[in-house]
Amino acid sequence: MIAFLFKGLMRDRSRSLFPILTVLIGVTLTVFLYNWMNGAEFNFIDSSARFSTGHVKVMSRAYSREADQVPNDLALAGVGTLLDRLRKDYPDLIWTPRVRFGGLLDIPDANGETRAQGPVMGLAVDLLSAGSVEPGIFKLGEVLVRGRPPQGPGEILISDDFARRLNVQPGDTATLISVTMAGSLAVANFIVAGTIRFGVEAMDRGAMIADLAGIQSALDMEDAAGEILGFFRDFVYRDRRAADIAARFNTAYQGDSDEFAPVMDTLANQAGMGDLLAMMRMFSGLALVIFIGVMSIVLWNAGLMGSLRRYGEIGVRLAMGETRTHIYRSLILESLMIGALGSVIGTAIGLAASYYLQAHGLNIGFMMKNASLFVSNVMRAKVSPASYGVGFVPGLLATFLGASISGLGIYRRRTSELMKELEA
Amino acid sequence: MKRHIPVWVFVVLGSILAGALAPTGDWILQKVDENIGSDNKISRSLMIIHGRRGSRSIESRSWIQGDEKSFTEYLAPPREAGTKMLKLGDQLWTYSPSTDRTIKISGHMLRQSVMGSDLSYEDLMEDRRLSELYAAKVAGEEESAGRSCWVLELTSKADETAYFSRKIWVDKERFVVLREDRFAKGGKLLKRTEVKDVQRIEGRWIPKKIVFKDMLKTGEGTEFVLEDVRFNAAIPDSVFSKASLRR
Repeated sequence: MIAFLFKGLMRDRSRSLFPILTVLIGVTLTVFLYNWMNGAEFNFIDSSARFSTGHVKVMSRAYSREADQVPNDLALAGVGTLLDRLRKDYPDLIWTPRVRFGGLLDIPDANGETRAQGPVMGLAVDLLSAGSVEPGIFKLGEVLVRGRPPQGPGEILISDDFARRLNVQPGDTATLISVTMAGSLAVANFIVAGTIRFGVEAMDRGAMIADLAGIQSALDMEDAAGEILGFFRDFVYRDRRAADIAARFNTAYQGDSDEFAPVMDTLANQAGMGDLLAMMRMFSGLALVIFIGVMSIVLWNAGLMGSLRRYGEIGVRLAMGETRTHIYRSLILESLMIGALGSVIGTAIGLAASYYLQAHGLNIGFMMKNASLFVSNVMRAKVSPASYGVGFVPGLLATFLGASISGLGIYRRRTSELMKELEA
Repeated sequence: MKRHIPVWVFVVLGSILAGALAPTGDWILQKVDENIGSDNKISRSLMIIHGRRGSRSIESRSWIQGDEKSFTEYLAPPREAGTKMLKLGDQLWTYSPSTDRTIKISGHMLRQSVMGSDLSYEDLMEDRRLSELYAAKVAGEEESAGRSCWVLELTSKADETAYFSRKIWVDKERFVVLREDRFAKGGKLLKRTEVKDVQRIEGRWIPKKIVFKDMLKTGEGTEFVLEDVRFNAAIPDSVFSKASLRR
């Protein structure tokens, strides 16, 4: 019967072409949109985790309350011991300390007088220890524009745009003017080893990457760090697992009333990230529902038109003794075949477009000029195993719903009036 | 027949006379400036900063000429020792021995804390006489630190003041400011100072111990202890030069 129905569909283009095209377009858009949103979410989570939040982050309670102000006077002390404990108790994660700091980068002339100066957003990470994951997290090999990675605690990397603005070359001396952990003015000289471009507007505006030891010395933060970041070993964020780990860690310090006791936060709990991710997921789900809804209405309409056009055919079939249920079933089966065909082709086209944007990306840097979020300027789609099925179900569902609703008209035909209708 | 002058005439005349003799805000402010101001001054002081993580002390020596020039060298603790600061008019430089760099402090950096204390660079810059910077109005009389005081409300009359308005409690007898609240233009209280010890040195009443409290910061404030001061001492002009920062 399936072969019979399929042959009928192929021979009568008016029954197949328009509905297949409708499903195809809908499924293509669904698959592409899903992958695009998936990519945007991945980009957002990945960039935030690498540059700012980690998958989980340990801070002092006092620091955590004012984290957006980077209050290094409230930083964690005794970081070495705390790191050992974290590595022992939570071996599933990679733990790495960081210091975020703000300040001015002052470039001296030959006489030691200020030649150029600009505000800098600094990040001190463990660049030099053997086995440190930070060079990999920051993809230093890929983002380096000029010069080389730092080879000592007195060397730094600065963003290329910032370096060009200040007319700084690799090898030049730069003086960091910042604030020590005690609140004093910190003045420290560094050598600019190289320049970098992350493709993240918030970083490329004026970032400075330095080795942790160099900044700990400059900011009087021996054995102290503002934050200890934890990353799952495969660098994939799992919200529930992260929340479990954070709850376990925080329970251990529940009885400690010291405002400098450590506290752990998940990525989703930091700086409204959870709300933002929930909003992105809601929009993604909403888009899918709208597509299914619109497709169903269009296909319902197509089914109604088909029923009208096939009014005579259905009448003859009823007159010949075919049951209404059998006809209704055959219409639904036809629609499922249309849905399957449209979904397969739509999924293939949607995946092809997604793979292209996954490889090449789309530069949205012009929209990110004043962005403070850690989002890559190049947005990419992300194809996942779910991408292969995400369009298929709505494609089938929409055609099924369309045919089911429009096909109900069959049950309203009266056998007693069939001959009169056919004669007319 | 004797004619009696009614009592109310005495009351009215007395009030007018008292009003005429009552000091004005500007006069009180001038007396404050006269007490504290001098041509030259060499001092040694200690700042005890009470932060959230504990207290630390910073020792410094300052050379001040009039209200335009000052030079400060930090002596302790070791991390701060050798750091120097030079103020010439409205410009401020700091020298860091570890980097051998002289940095000009300007813009928003002026609002930053000096050595983590409750004092900002702007506070340090404000050496000009109060009577030149503010218009004063007597708001009342109160007791502060067990001394009878005039309460003055000061409103800025110069653009370069760090605080738009201040409320000060001036010792009626010694013309020393015993307490002070400093406000932003919007009326927000930014800083409070309280004098804990006043001593007579070289014929002047000098606050020996002042507690500064930045009201926007947590912590217990910063104690400023004047350990030693010499007025009208001879200071060579070369002290107030950028070259002396590196010496």
